[in-house]
Order: sequence, then C-alpha cells, then structure tokens
Amino acid sequence: MSTGLFLVQTLNGLQFGILLFLIAAGLTLVFGVMDFINLAHGVQYMVGAYLAATFTAMTGNLFSGLALTLPAALAFGLLLEVLIFRHLYDRDHLEQVLATFGLILFLNQAVRLIWGAAPLSVPVPEILSGSIVLMPGLLYPVYRIAIIAAGLATALGLYFLTTRTRIGMLVRAGATNAEMVSALGVDIRRLFMIVFGFGAMLAGFAGAMVAPILSVEPGMGDNLLILTFVVIVIGGIGSIRGAFVASLLVGLIDTLGRSFGPQLLRLVMEPAAASQTGRSLAPMLIYILMAAVLFVRPSGLFPVKQ
Amino acid sequence: MINGATGRQRGVLALFVLLAVLPLAARFGAESFLLSVATRVILFAIAALSLDLILGFGALVSFGHAAFLGIGAYAVGILSSHGVTDVLVQAGVALIVAAAFALATGAISLRTKGVYYIMISLAFGQMLYFLAVSLSAYGGDDGITLAGRSTVAGLPLLKNAYTFYYVALGALAGSYLFMHALVGARFGRVLIGTRENAERMRAIGFEPFRYQLTAYVISGMICALAGVLLANQAEFVSPAYMTWQRSGELLIMVILGGVGTLYGPILGAAAYLLLEDGLSHVTEHWKMMFGPMLILIVLFGRGGIAGLIGRIAGQRHEAGHG
Repeated sequence: MSTGLFLVQTLNGLQFGILLFLIAAGLTLVFGVMDFINLAHGVQYMVGAYLAATFTAMTGNLFSGLALTLPAALAFGLLLEVLIFRHLYDRDHLEQVLATFGLILFLNQAVRLIWGAAPLSVPVPEILSGSIVLMPGLLYPVYRIAIIAAGLATALGLYFLTTRTRIGMLVRAGATNAEMVSALGVDIRRLFMIVFGFGAMLAGFAGAMVAPILSVEPGMGDNLLILTFVVIVIGGIGSIRGAFVASLLVGLIDTLGRSFGPQLLRLVMEPAAASQTGRSLAPMLIYILMAAVLFVRPSGLFPVKQ
Repeated sequence: MINGATGRQRGVLALFVLLAVLPLAARFGAESFLLSVATRVILFAIAALSLDLILGFGALVSFGHAAFLGIGAYAVGILSSHGVTDVLVQAGVALIVAAAFALATGAISLRTKGVYYIMISLAFGQMLYFLAVSLSAYGGDDGITLAGRSTVAGLPLLKNAYTFYYVALGALAGSYLFMHALVGARFGRVLIGTRENAERMRAIGFEPFRYQLTAYVISGMICALAGVLLANQAEFVSPAYMTWQRSGELLIMVILGGVGTLYGPILGAAAYLLLEDGLSHVTEHWKMMFGPMLILIVLFGRGGIAGLIGRIAGQRHEAGHG
C-alpha cells in the first residue's frame, strides 16, 4: 500500500463524503424538522444533474450553467412541495414512503422521456480541467479538488446559517420540537417550505457539481439515496453536524475499504481468501458501521430529538 | 361488526375460489403467459402476506424483507448446483437459514424503533445483497441459471405450469390460514397490544421483544418459501431478488392492498403486478402513469384497496338500514 495511492483514495473518499453531505444536509432537515420521509430526495439530485447538463450545453459554460441550475432546482423543489409534499406532512411514514416512491418512478421515467436513456456527459470547465501534482509523479484532477473545496465552503456556510441566524435558530428549534415552535407563533408551514426548497437546492447543487465526473443518467439518484439515509441515521436525524461527520465517515470508509480492504486482510489471511473476503466485505462496511452505531447509540451519533 | 367480519370471510373465500378456478375458466394454453403472470402474482402475494404479519400487526416497517426472498432463491440455486434438486430438501434448508438469519438480525434490529428500525433492516438486507454479489462461485452479479425446476419428493410436479400454479396457490392458502389463526390467537393479541403500547404490555407482564422476534422469524420463513418457488418459476437466481427496490415493492404491495388486513396484501400484490404488466403493454413509459397513480392513491384513497372495499361495503350496509 503506497502512500501516494493512499493519499489519492483518501481524497476520493473525502470528495464522495462531501457529495453525500450536500444531499444529506437537506434530507436530514426535511426529516428532522417535518418528520417527513422523502424518498424522492435522490431524484432531486438527479434533476439537478440534468438541469446542469442542459444549462451548460445552452450557455457553453458550467459556471453559468450552475448559476441557472440553482434557482431552477429551488423552483422545482418548491413546486413539488406545493403540489404534493405539503399534503403528506401529517400522514404516517408508510404513506409518505408510498407517495414519494411513486414520484421516483414518475421522475426517473420523465427524465428518460425528455433527455433519453443514454447517459449525458458534461465537459469540465477549462480553468478546472488540469491536474495538480500531489507528490512527484502523482497527479490529482483539479476539478475533484474544486468539488471538495466547494462542499467544505457550503458546509461552513450552512454551519453559520444554522447557528448564527434567526432562520437557522428556528430550523434547529423545529428539529427538536416542531409543535412547540408552532405554538410560539412561528408560521411553521412557511418554515417547512423554506427548509424543503433549500434542501432541494442543495441536492440539485450536488447533482450539478458531479455532472462532469459522473455519467448523468436516469436512476442515478436511487442508490445514492440509500447511502444518504445511512448517513443521516448514523449522524442522528435532524443534525447538520451529525450529517457532516457521518458523510465523511461513510465516504472515507467506503472508498478506502474497497481499495485497501483486501490488502489489509492479507496480513491475517491467505492471499486468495483475503481478496475474496475483502471484495465481499468492502461494500458491506458502511452497513456494518450503521448497525454498530445504532446498536451502541440507537438515535445516531448526534441525537437531536429529546 | 359481526356482519362485517362474516362479509370479509366470504370475500376472502370468494377470492381463493376465484384463484382456484382461474386456470380452468380462462383455458390458458400449456405455456401460457397469463398463467405465469397469475403464478407470479400468487408468489408475490405470499411474500407480501408475510411482510404484513410484522408490518401490520407488529408495526415493524422492514425495508429489507427481500433478503428472505433471496435466501429462498439461493437455497434452490446453490443446492441444485450441487445436485440436490428436491424442493423438500431445498425448502427445508431455506426455512432453517431464514429462521437463523431472522433470529440473528432481529435480535439486534428489534432494539431500535421507528425510522431507525427501518434503516437497520435495510442495512441487513443490503449486507446479504452484497454477500450474494460477491459469491463468485455462484455467478456473483450474474446469478445462476437453474438446470430445471425442482422435483417434489422425486416427482417432476413443478414442470407442469398448472400443477406449479396449484402448488403456489396451496402455499398461499396455507400461509393465509396459518397467519389468520396466529393473529386471532393470544400470540397475535400480544403482538397488536405491543404495536399499540409496548410499555403497557410490559407492565402487565409480557415481554414484547420475544413476541416481535417470533413474528419476525415466522414472517421471514414464509417469505423464504416464496423465494424458493419464485426461483423455480424463473429457473434463475441472482442478487436482483434482494435489492432494496424489491423490498420497497413488497412494502408497496402491502400498503397498496391495506396494512394489517392479511387479505389486502394479496390484492395489493395482484394490483401492483397486473398494473405493471398492463401498463407496460400500453406504453414503454408506463412508470409515468404508475407513479402518479401511487401518489393519488395516497392522497385520496386511505387504507389501500382493503380500505376502499371496507368503505363500499360500509356504505351498502348503511344504505340497507336507511
């Protein structure tokens, strides 16, 4: 296991974790504040990626594409909130699961109808297209560094928003006890709408950011959605801080486990058995982590609800 | 209310009679597509029914129930690739493995509640899924194509589409009657009591955990049985049996049909698969119609199909008195 490879995989894991955080931040708030299971959060990420692909093709530039994607993703999230989600807040979890699953089916297919089933590719912008030298002979793409930087900046912004502003205070209060906040005279419906729209925008932002390095295709949000749920459950539902820590944990463990698990096992096992066990164990690691965390702390690492 | 109960029993009886005469009345050909659809509906009805035991009566929303379908399917796939092709042995192994898996995962997951239970059941389902993907000796991601259907005590009963259909229907009827008895017995009452208020059940001297774990084990074993038959119908086994989407589909069949009704999941499985099948013949974009349908059902039709039937029957009942 060379230091260079380890460094590259750590950065990859970090970048994956940041991506998970951008999606999980919105999901954990929607879940925590409104007690609403939104399975359709993953397709909002997908829609963000498609919007970015379209706007980038139209304007010829990812940055202006991004500038158009963010308001469009926000508007799309608000539209869904008004049309469907607000009628589901006081339903039980099972009905929310059913309705948002229906929305996944619809949007995945709608995307296929509009943009076709073939994956779209988005060019990396000129300024961010090179690589930097991590160590002599070891290159790392600038664009991935940019994703990490943008994600960290967003996380920092979110931190200030939730801890230093009035709206952030209301959101935190809502995550702890929404009824009490409502009883104190806050328009909880409006707060819900803001949280929801903001979450949708963050998911769209995540989709737009990774559009140049992943293939943009129908169903791209489905598996990520499950990982995002793993993240918010490990972190503690409703906790931005928890989502951040858990995202990085999951991103790093998953990426490093897949690349170095077999090698680590080789220290204690036969090479053939080690590579077989490593391959089967690696994708399970994050689920084992979740089961272990929930076993020790049944409400996640940073519980919010009293 | 007594009227309602007998009405429901009559309805369920009619449903099973309808399923029993379906192949005769419709005169499907020997390799009929429709007969295989009907068989598939029945097999998924067994799986959905098994989920309803813990979901409807234990309020345990398992998002990893497809793992048991996978256990059943892989029992068939792995054993038959080693030359053990009798379904009695395969089903026996499937039931034992399913029970062991349910005991081990239930002992951990039942300590959590609500959303955390949903997620931990998902985690266990995913673990088994990835285990199957990594089984390179048994096809890994690509799965195993069976050499043929299993024999029953040496007889090639499952080869014929009609006998296969009636074996499946028999399994469904058996599962339904067993669960009906279970839910009506003291066991079921403790389970429902725990669903309503675990604290009070504990206070009057019951240990809810044991009852929930037992229900989970029974549910898993019946679902594994459905997996054994599904693998035989498709003559193919792969990790696709236990994706989280499949677990989601099982949940949706139960919710669509009516949670906690036992007959609802049978209707739900039929409605889901027939809609999927029917709409996919109309347009390749059938999901664009199916998705909004699910949303509308949630928004306007409470209690699923069983709830709808209950309301119609209720209205007629009231009209009769008016």
